[in-house]
Amino acid sequence: MVEVKNIRKAFDGAEVLKGVDLQVYQGDVVAILGPSGSGKTTLLRCLNFLETADSGELIFDGEQFHLGHVSKKDIARLRQKTSFVFQNYNLFLNKTALQNVTEGLITARKIPKEQAEKTGRRALAKVGLSDREDYYPHQLSGGQQQRVAIARAMATDPEIIYFDEPTSALDPELTGEVLAVMRQLADEGMTMLVVTHEMGFARTVSNRVIFMEDGVVVEEGGAKAFFEHPQQARTREFLQMSEKESAQGQQHF
Amino acid sequence: MINERLLNILTDSFWKILLPGLTVTIPLTVISFSLAMVIAIVMALVQFANIRGLKQLARFYIWVFRGTPLLIQLFVVFFGLPSVGIVIDPFPAAVLVFSLNEGAYSAETIRAALEAVPSGQLEAGYCVGMNYLQIIERIILPQAMRTAFPPLSNALIAMVKDTSLAANITVAEMFMATQRIVARTYEPLALYIEVGLIYLVFSTILTALQRAGEKKLNIQHQAAKSRRRRGGLWSR
Repeated sequence: MVEVKNIRKAFDGAEVLKGVDLQVYQGDVVAILGPSGSGKTTLLRCLNFLETADSGELIFDGEQFHLGHVSKKDIARLRQKTSFVFQNYNLFLNKTALQNVTEGLITARKIPKEQAEKTGRRALAKVGLSDREDYYPHQLSGGQQQRVAIARAMATDPEIIYFDEPTSALDPELTGEVLAVMRQLADEGMTMLVVTHEMGFARTVSNRVIFMEDGVVVEEGGAKAFFEHPQQARTREFLQMSEKESAQGQQHF
Repeated sequence: MINERLLNILTDSFWKILLPGLTVTIPLTVISFSLAMVIAIVMALVQFANIRGLKQLARFYIWVFRGTPLLIQLFVVFFGLPSVGIVIDPFPAAVLVFSLNEGAYSAETIRAALEAVPSGQLEAGYCVGMNYLQIIERIILPQAMRTAFPPLSNALIAMVKDTSLAANITVAEMFMATQRIVARTYEPLALYIEVGLIYLVFSTILTALQRAGEKKLNIQHQAAKSRRRRGGLWSR
């Protein structure tokens, strides 16, 4: 459904993405793992045009685009089919939880307000925040804010949701509630591309894992195979490191 | 020092000063400030959105009106322009100058407030499918106006007092009314203090309104505060 070929991106001469390929099929939950600075977030941001890639090809629903020069019209059209969940939530600060969910429906998709609110309430109920619909972002905990952000992302009925380290800004206790919502989404068949540090999530929820480092894909494979029989030495090293870390921290799955 | 005659002068003059305050000073302020806000928002937005041509025009306008004295601007418009055939009545001339002058200052206030809105707000807007104008109108500008509210209230209070300069171009506002009474009664100290106190009352009312306004807007503004409390350098 989403296919990327040979995407490249440099910031001020420093290459962050050095030719990455990626395929996501309908219903896939793909986890992108990798150490900081490996280019995972940049990859995700390029896919939704928050950054402009230098070159590369995007095939979305069989339609082909050159990532280096996509027209504004095409960008707007593609964004209507996708959603994005940010590391720091980025809820609209001047809007309530419900308004955060309905804003895009009303302004971008021209859905009548009442219908949008119905959809918004349903989305908030799904993430367990029906009782918080009139709260402003600052009145919510980080975990609740991220759940509102996920409600906002799924309310537009996207074909794919991009998650950019959705739990990295959260305390361990709050991480669990966000991951639970994501797991539920995955169970319902939502197509998801998730940049994450949560090994537990990658292992148990995703069906495919991509391991990136220094702007290239080091290894990719089915989640089970990836964790049980990593092929590359670098992958094994990375997995051991993170296992040690999570042994010290808290396990969610 | 305060004898009966002086007391009579002060009570007599009170209404004579307050009346032009209510009918000239306040309308002059309200009209000028409203126009100034329109100018300021437009000038701030063309800079924020980086619209070529218009941005340079805005910079030039701000440069001129911030860089020259308000009194000289009043004189140029009222006494200077008639020599090239442009004659403007005192009151509209004052409105023109005050709104252009304040527009230049407030444009900078609002531009700074726009730039203070986290860039993630724009990105989130794009990601839910909104276009740039929709995001500016519904997300970024409302947040910026909240940030700009205290400094803009400040500017409004300053303008109430600056309108006294309009006396110089024959606008019959509070200060001019006072000057006339002083010329008749020779009591400058008492009368100028009296008009000063009336300005003080006006400013006090505006300050109270500002406080009430901020309280109302605070529901959303808490965001910035709580973000600072929770995150940042000191939380770890």
